[in-house]
This record gives sequence, structure tokens and C-alpha cells, in this order.
Amino acid sequence: MRFDLQIIASFVEEKSRVLDLGCGKGNLLEFLKLNKEVEGYGIEIDEDKVIAGIERGLPILRGDIIEETQDYADDTFDYVFLSLTLQQVYNPENVIKEMLRIGKKGIVSFPCFNHVSIKLQLLFTSKAPVTKELPYEWYDTPNIRVVTLKDFRIFCAKHKIKILRELAISSHHRATTGKIVRFFPNWRARYGIFLLSKE
Amino acid sequence: MSEYGEHDRNGISVGKVQKQFLTFAEPPEEMILESGAKLGPITLAYETYGRLNEQKDNVVMVFHALSGNSHAAGYYKESNEKPGWWDNIVGPGKGIDTGKYFVICSNIIGSCYGSTGPGSINPKNDRPYALDFPLFTISDIVNTQKALIDHLGIKKLLCLVGGSIGGMQAIEWAVKYPEMVESVIPIASTCKRSALSIGLSEAQRQAIMADPNWNQGYYYGEDPPEKGLALARMIGHISYLSEESMQRKFGRRLQDNNTFKYDFSTDFEVENYLHYQGKKFVDRFDANSYLYITKASDYFDLGEQKGKGSLTKAFSRTSAKFLVISFSSDWLYPTAQSKEMVRAMKKADLDVSFCEIETDFGHDSFLIAHDQLTKLISGFINRIYNGFARKS
Repeated sequence: MRFDLQIIASFVEEKSRVLDLGCGKGNLLEFLKLNKEVEGYGIEIDEDKVIAGIERGLPILRGDIIEETQDYADDTFDYVFLSLTLQQVYNPENVIKEMLRIGKKGIVSFPCFNHVSIKLQLLFTSKAPVTKELPYEWYDTPNIRVVTLKDFRIFCAKHKIKILRELAISSHHRATTGKIVRFFPNWRARYGIFLLSKE
Repeated sequence: MSEYGEHDRNGISVGKVQKQFLTFAEPPEEMILESGAKLGPITLAYETYGRLNEQKDNVVMVFHALSGNSHAAGYYKESNEKPGWWDNIVGPGKGIDTGKYFVICSNIIGSCYGSTGPGSINPKNDRPYALDFPLFTISDIVNTQKALIDHLGIKKLLCLVGGSIGGMQAIEWAVKYPEMVESVIPIASTCKRSALSIGLSEAQRQAIMADPNWNQGYYYGEDPPEKGLALARMIGHISYLSEESMQRKFGRRLQDNNTFKYDFSTDFEVENYLHYQGKKFVDRFDANSYLYITKASDYFDLGEQKGKGSLTKAFSRTSAKFLVISFSSDWLYPTAQSKEMVRAMKKADLDVSFCEIETDFGHDSFLIAHDQLTKLISGFINRIYNGFARKS
């Protein structure tokens, strides 16, 4: 289980109803089903991942996350997740608003564009940084947004979104263990994870 | 639906199976149909595969489409004969695992494969019903299947699976008998046929009725309307394919030589193929059955009939779990129609999964062996069974 997903799981109360936006093959959903007895659903656009998820016994809808969230009534879920997808969506403002409309709480995680290694790469090579968390060249990246922890806090304040918990982690990409960063998280975090609610 | 029924790639089969019959609704206790007409006695031909467990909680019902029958899997006599129409999905270790589940498939009323239909003998005059057979609906079909399930002493249905018109029956079951249905898999199906699809349906019926041999439906014992039925099948068959698959299969290739014949015999390969499909079909299907069953599917409108105009309301009657599957190149019951039902199910707060499978085989994709369909069906049914077994 990826370390960032373990952290997300730790935010979730047992037996809650959850929706994972961009759930992939449903790793987080399966973990939560086994460990927290949640009633979990997922939305994913990729056909193969949807099939793999349904094959392992998870309820998943194939579709676009913005389009699919619209059909749910307010507060349908206890938690709605957006895990490592924020940097890829066209209209993150809408997505996060929808998350907090259909869910009582939202959990958002994203790779931080402010890690010291990224800063140093940019400083010394003058090239768009490429890291394990953000492994793409500028011309073929699905990551159309550059986000830092500080950016996200400002975004939440501006949109009246309450940050209930915030954790910066320094685990490497796909690592199952990692560290929670408590000092200088803005510089040292590879991923940020936020637990959000409406104000 | 077209004919595929190929032999399993790995030679796995449910083996030798037997068609069985149940007769009920004997007069004066006929079944009253939605139209108000009475029908009885009614015979249903059906087959079962696998074993019903002691708790009777492992029942999967499979529903056939327009021209299908109760023979979903296995073979009747010899293993080299053509197997059942869904042999690649139903069998030991397959998508619907007969090692675990007790599978039931019955032939719908109005059809010509052993169940009561327009070609059956009318007890009132000892002649074939022909057009004296009452028109019926998807809901009526489901009521006859309910009689079969009651007869088998089954109270709970683990999963209902059907493609096309078979999907309509599965959905109708869930909404009509919600206390019995645990889950449903509608494949390449719809909650109501579009104007385009009803239009195609009517063109096919008119083809049959325009054949002089049709004789207002009273052709039994005489020459049947073979030309009309073959033409209907040609139109239908085109609607089950897609532009891409037809292009790939035939392109503009010519039948013989490399030159046009400059007459109205067949020039193109695709013409010849459709003629062949039409001819093959008349040997196995009854023209009146075609009229009745297409009409039943045209009448189906779940939102209107079960939700006072609201599909969400209709689905609010059930708590069944759904897996909706569509195919990207299906233009008869396109993905948008599957998405419409998924939307209503979400609004009705149901547990619903959905997957559009990318394929260019058109509407007929549900009959063709592919791993995606197998994985989706088996994963979903296993989840329902594990949850269900724990509950009961």
C-alpha cells in the first residue's frame, strides 16, 4: 500500500461511505474496505483500470470525474478523495467544490512542486524539473498544474474551504513507507495531503 | 442478436444439457397480460446449468435477446455440434461460473424455441394462434419467468444478466420484484428504445408484412414469408454491426471478378453476406415471432411505466446492485442510453458500476468472446455472492 494512501486511510473513520475520484484500479478503496469496512465507490476514466477494479469486486463507474459527480445529491458521501489527480484536472476549483458538495469531507493529495530537489534542478540546470513524483518532460506531461503546499492553503482560504488536517510526506513515488515531514514542510515535502470541509 | 455460439477456445464446456418445459396458467386460470388479454396455457422452455445449493442463494438468470433461446450453453447431443449462444460466458470457470452458480435460461413467450408463441396451437380452435396470439410486453415476459422461478422454489435471485432485449427483462425484474433480486447486469441495453431504433424495428416488421406469403400472419401449414423475414434479418443484422467492423470485414470488395456486373445481382461481398445471413435465419426463426418480440421491446419504457415518467423514481423501487455495460461502437443502444440509466440509478442512491468497453463490433459485442466482458461479469457476481452469502 502506497504510503500516501496509508495516510489518507488514517484520516477516514470506520464504516463511512466514500467516493474516490480517479480511483485507478481501486487500491485505496480495497484497502479501506478491508481495514475500515467502508462502503466505497470509485470513478475512473481508463477502461483497463475500471475493468481491473470491478474484477476485484469494487463498484466503479467509468467516466469523467466532473461529469460523474454531478448526479449525486449533496452530502451523499462521508469522504470524497482526490488522490494525486489535482495536478491533472482542468478545472480544479470546480472539482474541489463538487467534492465538498457531494461529500461532508474531502481529502486531496498532490505532488508538491516545491521540494528542494525541484528548486535545485531549476536553479542549476535551468530546465523544467523531472523527479520520481513528477517524472514527465514538459511536453508530454499529464500534469498541467504546478502546485505547492502554500499555494493550496491560499486557494482554500480564498474559497472558504476549511483545512481540518494537513500532512506533508517525504516518501518516494509508490513507496510503501515514508516519513511525515514536520520541519520546513514547504521545502521538504514530496506530497501534501489535506483533509477539507466546508466552512 | 446475431449467431456466434463458437466453441470455447480452451474446450471448456458445461457439457451435455437438456431442454426442459414447464406449463402453467391452464384455463380458466390464464395469465392476464398488460394489454388485458388472457393467455393460457403457457409453456416455457428452459435450461439450467450448474447446481442449486442448499440455501438456494446461488441462482443466476440469463436472458436472451430477440432471436435467442433457452440454449445458452453446452450442447444437446454431441460435443461437436454448435454450442449454446453464450457458451463463451456460461460454463465452469467462465464469466458466469457454473461451478459456483446455478444458471437458468428460459425461452421468452412469443418465441419459437419451445415456449408458447404465435406458432403454438391455440386451444380454442386447435389451430396455430398466428395473429390471434395476444401482443405482450417485457413485463409480461417477466411475469411468465416469475412463474418458472416460483415453480423451482427459488425465492432469491443472486444476479440477472442479459444483453439487448435480455437486459430489458433483467431491469424489469429488478423493479417489478425488488424483494427477489440482489443484482443485475444489463449489457448493451436500454430503458427505452429511441425513435431511431423503433424506426428500424418497424422497417423490419414491414418487410415481413409486405411479403404476400405472410397472409395477415396465417401462413402456418403454407409457405412462410421467407423473403420478408430474410429482409428483416438483413436490416436487423446491419444494426447489430458497426461502420468500422463492416468496413474491416468487407470494405468495397467485389463478389466475383474485379468488375461490376451492371445488373441487380450481387456485386459486393457485403451484399452476399447479408443475403446469406437472411437465408440462414429463415430456417430457424418464425416471422410472426419476430413481429411480436420486436413490438414488445418497442413498448418498453421503464421510466414511463414504472416511475410515472421518472427513471429515477422507477429505480427507487429497487435496492439491487447494478453493473451496466455498454460498447463504444453500439449505435442501436448506444452508450449514452446506458449512461442515462446509470445517472438515474445514482440519483436513486443505488450501488452501480458502469463500464463502456471500447470495441468496434457494435451491438453484437455482447455475444463475442472477450476477456473484458468475462472479467467484469465474474468480478461483479463474485462480489455480490460473497456479500450475499455473508448476509444470509
